[in-house]
Amino acid sequence: MLLAYVVRRLFWSIPFFFAVSLVAFALIEAPPGDYMTTFAATLAQSGDIVDQERLDALRERYGLDQPFVVQYWKWISGVVRGDFGISFEWQQPVSDLIWERMALSVILAAATLLFTWAIAFPIGIYSAVRKYSIGDYFFSALGFIGLSLPNFLLGLVLMYIAVVHFGSDVSGLFSAEYQQAPWSWGKVVDLGQHLLIPVVILGTSATASLIRIMRANLLDELYKPYVTTARAKGLSEWRLLVKYPVRLALNPFVSTIGWAFPQLVSGSVIISYVLSLPTAGPLLLQALLAQDMFLAGAFILLLCALSIIGMLVSDILLAVIDPRIRYR
Amino acid sequence: MLDLARRPAEAPPTGAALAPVLEVKNLVTAFATRRGPFKAVDDVSFTLAPGKTLCLVGESGSGKSVTARSILQIVDPPGAIESGSILLHRHRTAKGDRAGPAETVDMAALHPRSRAIRAIRGRDIAMIFQEPMSSLSPVHTIGNQIVEAIRLHDHVGKKEAKERAVELLKKVEIPRPEKAIERYPFEYSGGMRQRAMIAMALACTPSVLIADEPTTALDVTTQAEILALIKKLQTDVGMAVLFITHDMGVVAEIADEVAVMRFGKLVEHGDTLTIFERPQHDYTKMLLGAVKALDRPSPRRLQRRETNPPGDPVLEVRDLRKVFGSSSGFLGRNKDYVNAVDGVSLTLRAGENLGIVGESGSGKSTLGRCLMRVYPANGGEIRYIDRKGTVHDIAALPERGLAPVRRDLRMIFQDPFSSLNPRMTVGQIVGEPLLVNGLAQGARLRDRVAELLSLVGMPESAMERYPHAFSGGQRQRIGIARAIALEPKIIIADEATSALDVSLRTQVLELLLDLQERLDLSFIFISHDIAVIRYFCDRIAVMFRGKVVEEGATEAVCTAPQHAYTQALLSAVPHPDPRMRGTRIRHRYTGAG
Repeated sequence: MLLAYVVRRLFWSIPFFFAVSLVAFALIEAPPGDYMTTFAATLAQSGDIVDQERLDALRERYGLDQPFVVQYWKWISGVVRGDFGISFEWQQPVSDLIWERMALSVILAAATLLFTWAIAFPIGIYSAVRKYSIGDYFFSALGFIGLSLPNFLLGLVLMYIAVVHFGSDVSGLFSAEYQQAPWSWGKVVDLGQHLLIPVVILGTSATASLIRIMRANLLDELYKPYVTTARAKGLSEWRLLVKYPVRLALNPFVSTIGWAFPQLVSGSVIISYVLSLPTAGPLLLQALLAQDMFLAGAFILLLCALSIIGMLVSDILLAVIDPRIRYR
Repeated sequence: MLDLARRPAEAPPTGAALAPVLEVKNLVTAFATRRGPFKAVDDVSFTLAPGKTLCLVGESGSGKSVTARSILQIVDPPGAIESGSILLHRHRTAKGDRAGPAETVDMAALHPRSRAIRAIRGRDIAMIFQEPMSSLSPVHTIGNQIVEAIRLHDHVGKKEAKERAVELLKKVEIPRPEKAIERYPFEYSGGMRQRAMIAMALACTPSVLIADEPTTALDVTTQAEILALIKKLQTDVGMAVLFITHDMGVVAEIADEVAVMRFGKLVEHGDTLTIFERPQHDYTKMLLGAVKALDRPSPRRLQRRETNPPGDPVLEVRDLRKVFGSSSGFLGRNKDYVNAVDGVSLTLRAGENLGIVGESGSGKSTLGRCLMRVYPANGGEIRYIDRKGTVHDIAALPERGLAPVRRDLRMIFQDPFSSLNPRMTVGQIVGEPLLVNGLAQGARLRDRVAELLSLVGMPESAMERYPHAFSGGQRQRIGIARAIALEPKIIIADEATSALDVSLRTQVLELLLDLQERLDLSFIFISHDIAVIRYFCDRIAVMFRGKVVEEGATEAVCTAPQHAYTQALLSAVPHPDPRMRGTRIRHRYTGAG
């Protein structure tokens, strides 16, 4: 039953992926003009003579003068083969540019997610079980502060404290000596050290809201009849709590994994600028501004793929933890 | 058809002289409120003897459930035991006096989270609850939950525990227990879930079983099966049973002793025959009176029909069909569909009460909703004849043509709590149909609402207050006031009295009869409760799997049912007379076969 469900969901995500890619491509095409227009404007600005014939030649070479469907077809058939086209601005294959940045983004996102959960779950459970206790009030107050504080402000404050009081290097994800170095154990440790501050910054508001969600979910479950049944069996409070209400309170959580992924990647643009992190966010923004359509398209497509995978993961997890889902 | 319980005719045993296994003495359980402690259980004492059943009876809010939960100390906060003692004589176990030293525990003195009380819960005293669906975890298999109960108290391996769980399921008569153990509660029917619940409670062969309204949420035939099952298991192992119920019929059926509770106090306590035949306390008399009043046709209705016989048809239903389909298609490929209403034909005459009776899933509620066009019908006709004699086919009317018809057909719902918007005042709720249809405004609306409220026996001052300020019975009156606001011709009452206590049930039925006389109403009364239908309805239609299997004058159907299903249904209704215990053969009608 579960396997059939997983296969069905996997199968469905394929057409869904193509539909999403079409929308993504259409969105990139939507602004008037193309990269050549932007390019010409940049040239004109710097006083260069714009050679219309050369532009047209370039346009033809990149297929920019062809109808939308043809362009899309060229692009997507390349993507399927792993060829994302060439970045106009960098004059490099897109695939060379994006992978490392995407990987770092995903690492950052995953670390943030883990951090958020590790803190939000226990506190949320504590707050629900000890409702209106001093601890609950304390964490609630802390949570609201975390929720209302803008990310970039927190980032600047933490950077100030780290640099002035601890003298640590906080910008980027690697120290200078590892910047261009090949991967090694030392580089991984270095990455871990640099991840701490961005993870805290990015995780604060998510943690705060998750605590509130967990608390509310669990409060809904704590007084359900099945909890009384379990208590009447003679289960200890702790085992009972973990096996029954917490498990059911996790449902809404698991269904949010789907959006957590792309949200963490695209939501970290500001922080990536502030801390100058070599992640996907800033590059995506720049590509969109320059109408560097293949680069931007690749990023957007990957973000979409991440959402689809996230949804898939959360749907499958949901089916694993809640048998009622599988049979619908 | 299959026999469920063929029990020999036996007179219910009188008061037990056996040594008690559980003694509750002067128990007080209080809830801390802003206005000081509220005593939900106030000085209650009783004893339970092995092999005997004590029924704790009372209406909602009497404190009977809190009493039961106090014994195991599982009252939800802020409730807590204040004083009294609960003595469990562990040496007097289910199988009679066991050799060994006397071991008596005062459970009231134990901390509710202590290891000592956890060792008693589920092992010496087990409990089953009212809602078998919500009382089982929806995300764990039945097997998992039973095995857990076994392994909590007996140190056995997983495999052995599982084998025992299968045995238990077999004991509670669940078909194919090896398969059933891997299933989830939502794959079980209501009756099966309650059986699984019982299996779980029996996991460690407890000496005391506390059953908190275990059959209230079930159909009568399932109820009869579950009661018979509990009785059988009780005799097998000699358990003491504390059975909590509000249904005097069930009490008459199973109790050895009866304790009547009201406002947290025990008002009367005695053996079953004495309580039923010589009740002392006024409240007990009232409870029994209310039940007996319902077991016959309303004299007032009969009187009225003699002078005002039902007139011409106002609603004719011909071959009505409603299919619920779910075709998820593509890879899902399960094209299930249910014929919820399967070719039903009915006629309702002016000034007549038509009862529709059936068990859950029989399609009776769907039928009611199709008549109101809440659900569009898939076939057939619903001919409504209005005051001028014009005929409207409700099934075929376009959406905008429905407004005038809906003004004449109104509905009363089952749940007086969720059918009233908690954020509207009673005045707004009752006045809304008038306002929506543009019939009254301002002072005129106010006057009309006041008039409607007084018609249903509510004070005018109720207008400014919100529904939460009223009790269940009063809320149902508000719902009725809303239904009659537009001077309808037909009222469809869907289980309108099911959520009410017996004493209120008669009051609400009387009110409806009263309104019928004053306002010239016809009723379609949908219920699973034959007693209520017998009291209120002139004619009755019995539904089974979407079809009307029998239709006729109420008395004729109730006294001499023709269809096998009706016979089965009537045989399962518990009779509030302990002397009739065991005199009827129960059976379940299984359909076409």
